[in-house]
This record gives sequence, C-alpha cells and structure tokens, in this order.
Amino acid sequence: MNTPVAIEVRGVRKTFRVKGGLFGADRHVVAVDDISFAVPQGGVLGVVGESGCGKSTLARLILGLLAPSAGEITVEGQRVLAMDRKARARLIQPVFQDPFASLNPLARIRDIVAMPLIAQGTFGRAEIGRKVEEMLERVGLSREQGTRLPSELSGGQRQRVAIARALVLRPRIVVCDEPTSALDVSVQAQILNLLAELRKDLGLTYLFISHNLAVVEHVASDVAVMYLGRFVERQPTEALFAHPEHPYTKALLASVLTPEPGLGVPDVGLGDILPDPANIPPGCRFHPRCPIAEPRCAVETPPFKPRPGGGVECLLVP
Amino acid sequence: MSVSTITAGPRRGWRSAGTWIGAIIVGIAAFCALFAPLLVPHDPFAQDIPNRLMVPFWMEGSSPDHLLGTDQLGRDYLARLIYGCRISMMIGVTVSIVSGLIGITLGVLGGFMGGRIDDAVLFAITTRLSIPVVLVALAVVGLLGSSLPLLVITLGLLQWDRFAVVARSTTMQVRNLDFVSAAWCAGCSRFRILTREVLPNIASHLVVVATLEIALAILLEAALSFLGLGVPPPLPSWGLMIAEAKDYMFFSPWVIMIPGAALFVLVLGINLLGDGLRDQFGARSP
Amino acid sequence: MSALLEIEGLQVEFGRQSPTAAVRGASFVVESGETHCLVGESGCGKSVTALSIMNLLARGARRRADKLAFKGGDLRGLSDAAMSRLRGNEMAMIFQEPMTSLNPAYTVGSQMTEVLRRHKHVNQRAATDRAADLLARVGITAPGLRLGQFPHQLSGGLRQRVMIAMALMCEPQLLIADEPTTALDVTVQAQILRLLATLQRDLGLGLLLITHDLGIVARIATRVSVMYAGEVVESAATADLFAAPKHPYTQGLLRCVPVPGKIQRDQPLGSIPGTVPRIGPGFEGCAFRDRCDFADATCAHTVPLHNAGPTHNFLCRLPA
Repeated sequence: MNTPVAIEVRGVRKTFRVKGGLFGADRHVVAVDDISFAVPQGGVLGVVGESGCGKSTLARLILGLLAPSAGEITVEGQRVLAMDRKARARLIQPVFQDPFASLNPLARIRDIVAMPLIAQGTFGRAEIGRKVEEMLERVGLSREQGTRLPSELSGGQRQRVAIARALVLRPRIVVCDEPTSALDVSVQAQILNLLAELRKDLGLTYLFISHNLAVVEHVASDVAVMYLGRFVERQPTEALFAHPEHPYTKALLASVLTPEPGLGVPDVGLGDILPDPANIPPGCRFHPRCPIAEPRCAVETPPFKPRPGGGVECLLVP
Repeated sequence: MSVSTITAGPRRGWRSAGTWIGAIIVGIAAFCALFAPLLVPHDPFAQDIPNRLMVPFWMEGSSPDHLLGTDQLGRDYLARLIYGCRISMMIGVTVSIVSGLIGITLGVLGGFMGGRIDDAVLFAITTRLSIPVVLVALAVVGLLGSSLPLLVITLGLLQWDRFAVVARSTTMQVRNLDFVSAAWCAGCSRFRILTREVLPNIASHLVVVATLEIALAILLEAALSFLGLGVPPPLPSWGLMIAEAKDYMFFSPWVIMIPGAALFVLVLGINLLGDGLRDQFGARSP
Repeated sequence: MSALLEIEGLQVEFGRQSPTAAVRGASFVVESGETHCLVGESGCGKSVTALSIMNLLARGARRRADKLAFKGGDLRGLSDAAMSRLRGNEMAMIFQEPMTSLNPAYTVGSQMTEVLRRHKHVNQRAATDRAADLLARVGITAPGLRLGQFPHQLSGGLRQRVMIAMALMCEPQLLIADEPTTALDVTVQAQILRLLATLQRDLGLGLLLITHDLGIVARIATRVSVMYAGEVVESAATADLFAAPKHPYTQGLLRCVPVPGKIQRDQPLGSIPGTVPRIGPGFEGCAFRDRCDFADATCAHTVPLHNAGPTHNFLCRLPA
C-alpha cells in the first residue's frame, strides 16, 4: 500500500547571484543543489544542518516564497508555483523561527490569527470570529490574550500565535523553520508537545527544520542531514541516531552536549574551515573538513548509496 | 535577553526639553494657522497710511492698538504676522502632503516589488536629485505667474525625494521580516500586505520625514516670496514681508526683524520636534 | 584555591516609575582555577549579574550587594577610574554576539594591542608579539595574517576566538563569558568550549560562564548556580546537581532537555507549565510557586535556604 505523498521535491536547485560591485565579478551562491525527496502524508521529515547549509532556503522554496532555479516542487500532487496563492494557503503554511519577527508588531493577536481567513474572502465575520477563538483555545491562549499586541506576550506565547495562524485554515502541511530555536528550554518543550498533539489531532504532515539534533530526534519520523545544499544522509530517525554513516552526521551527533556530567567536551575534529555556499569544494563538498577524507574525495563526486528508507552520499562508506 | 551596556548620553525623545519646546512652538503656530481670523485684532489687509510705521510695544511711542506696530502701508503687523503664519503652515503642510503621496507611493512600490520597478524608482529619484529645486521653481513661477495653488503644486512635485528614499529603505527592511512572508503564505493580496503589514510599520519613520519636509517647504516658500516669485502680494507671507521691509531696514528695523525672527523660531521648533520624534521612534524599529 | 569572586545578596534594579528587580539576591563564589556556570532561562537575571560585576550596567540601574569582592577587594565603592583599571586587566569579559563584539573599523591586531598597551604600558612591538602568541594559543592559524585583518573578514567562530584571545591579553585572573557560544553553530560551539576549558586549566583562570544550555554546564562546569526570576535557587557542584537536583525548577529544567539516544518519540517531552512571573516591587515568597507541583501556603511568604550537602544549597521549603 502506497501512502500518498504530501511533499515531493524533484531535482530542485536554487542559485543566488550576488552582485560583485564595482571591482568584483558576480558570485553564484548555490544554496540548494539538486535535491530530490518525498515526504509521505502524515510523516515528519526533520532536516538538520548548520548555518549556510540551505535549509531555510529549502523551506522557502517549498512554501512558494522563492522560485527554484531548476526542478519542481509539488504538494499533494500540485505544483507549488502553479497554484493560486489562496488555494496554496489552504494546503501548506509556515511557522517561522523568530517569534519577534513573525508577528506584525502593530496588529492585535486575534487579527493576526484571522488574517488567513480574511484573505480567503469566503468567510463571514461571525464565522471568522468563531474560528479564531477556537484556534486560540486550541493552542492554549485565552480570549483576553487575543486582544493584546505581540509585544505584550512572551516568546513562547507568540510562537503559539504563529502556530494558531498557521493552522486556522486547516492546512495539510506545515513547514516549521526552527520553530523552537529562539525559545527557552522549558518553553521549547511546551511548544514541541503542542506541535505533536496538533499533528495527531489534525492529521498534519510536517517538514521540521532545526539545527538541534535532540529536538529532531523527538519530533521526526525521518531525518535528512543537509550540508552545503545537499542531503548527505537521509534515514529513518532510529536508524540515523543508532547507526549514523556519513562523517558529517557523526560529527554533528558528537557535538551535541548532553546534560551528562563528567564526559567533558568532545573533539569533533572538523577543523576551522567554514562552509561557504559561494565556494563549494570540488568532489565531495565535505572533504576539506572531513576527518577521514582521502585524496579521491577532492576529485570524485560521492554517489548516492541507498539504504532502507533513505541513503548516504559518501565515497568511503560501503 | 540583551541588556544595554551603554551609559546613555543626553535625554532623548519626550524626555528632552528640546522636543517639548519644539512641540509648543509648533502647537502655537498650528493654533494661529487654524484660528487666524478669530485671533487678529485688525484686518491684515486694511491700509492706514497716516499710521504707517508705528513702533511695536517694546519701544517708546507705541500704541496698545497695534502691539507689533504697523508696516509701511499702515497694516497691523501682528495681524500680518498671524496670517503669515497661517500661510506658512498651510504651504508647509500641503506641500508635504503632495510630495509625501508621490514619494511614499514610489518608495514603497520600489522597495516592495524590487527588480525592474525598483530600478525605475531609483532612476526617478536620482533624476529628481539632480534637478535644482529653487531654479526650477523660479522658472515655473516666472513663466506662469505666481499663485498659491501653482506654488504648492510645483514645490510638491519637486520635494518628494526624501520621502521616497526613506519609504523605500524602510519598506525593504520590513519586507524581509517573517510576518510579511507569513502574510504572503496566508494568501493575502499584495495590496493588503502593503497597506496592513508594511505601511503601518514604516509610518513612524515617515512622520519624522514629514515634519522636516514641512520646515523645508516653509523656508523654500519664504525664499521664493522674498524674490518676488512666491506668494503674490498683498498676501502676508513672511518672505514677502521681509522683502518689503528691506527698504526700511535702517530706519524701522523691527519691520524686518519680526518676520525674520518668526521664521527662524518656527523652523527651529519644527526641527526640534522632528529630532525628538526621530529619537523617540528610531529606537523602536520593527 | 582561593575565592576570586565573592558575591552575596546582589540586587539590581532598573527604572524609576515602575522599578523592575532584575536580580533579587544572588549569592555565589567563584574560586580561581574553577569553572562556575550561571545557568537560567531568559529573563532570570544572569546576564545582568555578569554585567553588574564589571559595573557595565546601563545608566539608571541601581546595584546593591551585601558583599561584592574581587580578590578580597571590595568592588562596590570603586570609582569609574579604578574600575577601568580592573576591566580588561584583571577581569575580562567575552560576549555573546561575535558579529558585534569587535569594532568593525579597526583591525584585529590594533584592537588586541590596545588592551595591553592601555593597562601594561608596553611598546607596540611587544604588544603585537603577545597578540600573535595568543592568537596561536586559541588555535588560529597564520596569526600574523589575522592581526592585519578586519572583523568582517573572519567567520563567527574565528571572531569568538579573537575575543577570547583579546580577553587574555593582560593575563586576567577572572574571565566572565556571557553565552559565548549561543550564536555559533553546534560544531563550532564544541570547539570553542574545548578551547575555553583548556585555557582555564592551563592558565588557572577563574571562569564564570553564563549560559542557558544545561549540556554545556554538565560538560565544563565545576560548580553550578541555577537562577530563576532574579534569584539563585540552587547552587551545587556539577555532579551533585545532575545526580540529585533539589529545587523543583532545576528538576523541571532537567526533564525538559531532550537527550539524543534516550528519547521516546511517543511520549511528550517533560515541560514546566506556565510562564515566568513578572516580579514587581514588594514581591514576597517563592517566584516559582505558581508552576511548582509542591507549592503550599508557606511558599507565598518566606522561602528558607536549605543545605543538601556541604556545598549544595537551595531555596525551597522542601527538606534536603
């Protein structure tokens, strides 16, 4: 039985041209480099990576905020950019990272949550009011808080508003771009629990982007590790955390500082070179930082080696 | 949570005395402008040649009937000053409205749409900046004659550049914020995003520009009127009053000092208020 | 090991009309040669505590303490000039944002040598040599080249290393680090923390590290003080704190942290319900009581300080 596909990304590439100014040549930044994957309905794909890996660009491409330079993105079978924006709004919605920048500072909370309903143009005022109240309650906010301005709420409460706004149209897919990275640990836990609960109740599909591996392990059914625009490893969650294969995945996992005293800080062994999407290394893009790199890694492009539920891109794994 | 480590300097915004002084001056000017007919003791156009060049109240021989004396045609100077204030404020405000509408529309469109439209807007701004405003205003008025509506339109069509530049840069900043992306994803129309999400968040910066543009327009009008190419006489523009008074400068110095001082005080007040507003709102960018 | 920094009853208040008490009675000791972590979530007052030690608070902040001593000398009454002689010299600080901590208009070398020349009156040559030495010490290759570069030419991780090197120019005895790795990627974070731990050991520094990340605390701290709503609610040696946390907030916080490899996907994450309360003037009792499973009527009035061991104390009515 084939689970229907919620998000399908085929051969997507996104290049930005950075003007060189008066004295330099234009540079091309390849933020997303030929990525293909599918997320089944009801699944949660966690995308992990560090800054510059392109995960936020990927999120924006899937949401239709950016157009890919090559390739195609479909959600529930329809091409993202070919859809009417109002229809797309009923299908896929975002939750962004910064709770301070994702809400209009001058709008009241209930107006913020009502905005997608108003934009559809098909709902009456009474119905909008009802849906907004229902959604606020669902995310744990009171009616009184609906009358406030964002500046009067805490980071966690603002993120709840962002979630309410994303879900008020009952979309099928939610793209969460680091939704808890700017929150305190105790608040993060509340928001993650809320997201999990809503996913179960409403049958949602999530694309969950984060740099925090522990959070992703808790939330996602599959994990993709992104580096300089490509997925270097993708596996079901348990498999990835139990048997990581790609050297970058291993380094990421090793860098996570668990609250276990006495273990000291591990030496991840990645060296000082910073990944620069404007200068992608030849051959395997990870080779300058890889602790087990061999000479051929600078020359040959690593092939995709399939694994159950995913695969790895490395020359040195079997 | 970040905590400011800078030990702050002088008090800013509403805490600063300068802002309050500016607000009071502008308040008085606005009051005079609005209620001029009710405030004036005499008709500012009524000539009274036998009583010309009477001295103001701080000099000997003044009359309580004419607190600021009379000008060379016997017209009450206080009345002319108040009416002049009305003209200055009216010109300042209407020119700012016209230039504001043009500049904000261009700046917001360019900043929001980017690409070719933005290139066109930048080109328009650069072109406008290379036009010498005073010379063009002089030429237009010289060719078409001086009248109040013509003056307002000409200055309005020439003064929009600062509005455009500020509107464009603030729009570009706001456009990149997540709540605008969220509105886009929610299916809001461009028009709705511009009017509900972008404009309210750049309004405070534009208000600051507007106060300063009012001051500039007032000075420009005074300069043009001084040259005889602004407000047509007998309308009591301060610039015109200064021009007429220069012939009597050595014998009756108050005739030139009073409108000159008034102009200085009003523009200073507007600038102080504008500075204060900028400090107050500048710290609260979205 | 002697007490390098002793703080007792520190209180910091902002604002005149409606004063906010950012810190309401913090007490802890940093010994030289140890790493003391101040951990808490946003708004708990940890950054304000660090800034108040160096007297870098904004104008309008009022600082009071029963004891605020550095190497035995009282910091409370020091004049600005005297404080300036200490800052950068015997006590140094590194900040969170590497992007904005360095002056973009000056080269790395000139910023580093300035610190040394100001305090120790050495010539430019000697200062440059020491700067190059320290850059090498913090793991920066080609230090000569880096000295001539501007901050924008360096990555976040490199800038943070430069900040650390700069802080060490005058051989301080106390290093205060305010969330030094929060803005960095997780792989770079591990490197920077290793560096800090190594330097602390090699130079015998007292390191006061401020963070919200319990993982960092577990891995490098000798002692921990947990802050909540402006107070230190629990203070212990690291091993003790993680093995047997006594304060309900600490317990709650530890439950919230997901640990890779020990995660159950179907279970909700442990969390602490509610939010941090606003503390107005005249607030009495325990600030955590509305979110605590063990609160009772006495928590609204006084909260006793209990000892769970010779070096482990906590602010709670619950017995040790």
